[in-house]
Amino acid sequence: MTEFVKYSASRLKEKITQDSLTASDIASSVAVRYDKVEEKVKGFAHFNKVVLSERAKELDKKAISGALSKIPVVIKDNICVKDELTTCSSKILVGFRPPYDATVITKLKESGALLLGKSNMDEFAFGSSCETSCYAPTNNPYDTERVPGGSSGGSAALVAADETVLALGSDTGGSIRQPASLCGVVGMKPTYGRVSRYGLIAFGSSLDQIGPITKDVNDCAALLNVISGYDPMDSTSADIPVPDYMGSLVDNVKGLRIGIPKEYDTESMFFDKKVPVNETGVKIKEAIKLLKDLGAEVVDISLPHVKYAVSVYYIVGCSEASSNLARFDGVEYGYRDKEASSLIEMYKKTRGKGLGSEAKRRIILGTYTLSSGYYDAYYLKAQKVRNLIKQDFDNAFSRCDIIMTSTSPETAWPKGLKTKDPLLMYLSDIFTIPANLAGIPAISLPCGYDSQGLPVGLQFMAKYFDEELLIRAAYTYQQNAGWKRKKPEL
Amino acid sequence: MPIKKDVIRYVADLARIGLSQQEEKLFAEQLNHILAYMEQLNMLDTKDIEPMSHAVSMGNILRKDIARSPLSNDDALKNAPEREEGFFKVPKIIE
Repeated sequence: MTEFVKYSASRLKEKITQDSLTASDIASSVAVRYDKVEEKVKGFAHFNKVVLSERAKELDKKAISGALSKIPVVIKDNICVKDELTTCSSKILVGFRPPYDATVITKLKESGALLLGKSNMDEFAFGSSCETSCYAPTNNPYDTERVPGGSSGGSAALVAADETVLALGSDTGGSIRQPASLCGVVGMKPTYGRVSRYGLIAFGSSLDQIGPITKDVNDCAALLNVISGYDPMDSTSADIPVPDYMGSLVDNVKGLRIGIPKEYDTESMFFDKKVPVNETGVKIKEAIKLLKDLGAEVVDISLPHVKYAVSVYYIVGCSEASSNLARFDGVEYGYRDKEASSLIEMYKKTRGKGLGSEAKRRIILGTYTLSSGYYDAYYLKAQKVRNLIKQDFDNAFSRCDIIMTSTSPETAWPKGLKTKDPLLMYLSDIFTIPANLAGIPAISLPCGYDSQGLPVGLQFMAKYFDEELLIRAAYTYQQNAGWKRKKPEL
Repeated sequence: MPIKKDVIRYVADLARIGLSQQEEKLFAEQLNHILAYMEQLNMLDTKDIEPMSHAVSMGNILRKDIARSPLSNDDALKNAPEREEGFFKVPKIIE
């Protein structure tokens, strides 16, 4: 019974046809697995076995023959699901049940997917370790004393722990790719505009993008197929035709020009900050060699401004967040401080008590960088440097087709290591942030383990709307990588 | 230019966030640390660079002027901490 949820979506689909499995069979398998390992993983923010069982029965009645029929999917807690708890893992959204579905949820439901529940995350996606959730930190399935990465740490850990087959995350500065890397699974941030943001509770509106977290590249293509496309409900959604990404599962990189930025994996990227850089670079070099042997051409490139990406990101992202999070004021939904006697006092007490420390820190930083007298020095300056970073990518892509780097400077670190030093935590995202600032698509996929057995991730970045090339390169690597995969022991 | 506690209090007030004394002190320290790191941006000459506010170029999006049924009043209010007669209820604003 337990094994169905351990399968990839493509394998489970075959099994469903072969053995005429029902959604209820699969829901039971999910529940058994949940009972066995969730206590160790703590990847869910909201999961209810009774609700799941009813949902599965309904799904069996409807018998939808869509692309993801009966396939289990976990949804990050910042994506609205009608009448289901959606709290961004924040106390200020306690009890919130959206009156509508996000567009990606409508699409998943139309595809026949079995929605399991909501995954834990850093509060409002503010974090790189899943430790700022108002519930409890999620643990890394490969070593439960370590972080799963963040902010979509719950989604990545649940996929890695075989508690789900597929998951959705959101990526503002690496929140899909970095936890995917730390948990040994596949995660993609599509091009800005490829996937509708309607119903995604906004953090940084010019940076946010929803994307798949899956067990392999095949499933990434399958889930991307379902969630992509133009949506009139999101004015930043791109009205560009969506290809069939399954067609990109091609084992061939002959003649592909892979750009290796000289600035990555070097100490200069971090200025004078002491950031632990471990063995990830070694694994990436092995992967580069493999792709070269398969016929790819390796090109040295330079992205001279990416080392400024963390500064730009925390100014732009926090500025946008300070504006977006103004809506959480105790009036329309969630937590309200009931003791306050005036409106302003109610706002302050509600936000003071309802928001966690990292959320308050970022809102204050963003309010400061937007405030009169500092706007030019911080926000405007950051927007200009953002343009320089975008230009770096434009220049690089005139010399190569795809860019390859580590996803994260390090593998999963022990819990608590960076919680006291926000800047150190922010620097964890230094390799993933540039793609969000430029708006280009990027994917992280496993490329082996370090000496402690912790997963290492490699990242590909491509031109705007060239997810197809990301999938082809990632698929080719996946099909040819010689190292032995091991599931976490739970 | 280090930020002092009173600046943190002022900014928190703008953001309508009530902070404890300890939080004001802690955030002042941490923000100084973060802003000092961000000083690196001043190493770059950006005089002739256009600011980039969005990743993709965008124009106005117009939709057809067709009436659609909105969220019902009841659905819109169902998550409200306090409601009364079809409205969100808040503490008294006018004395």
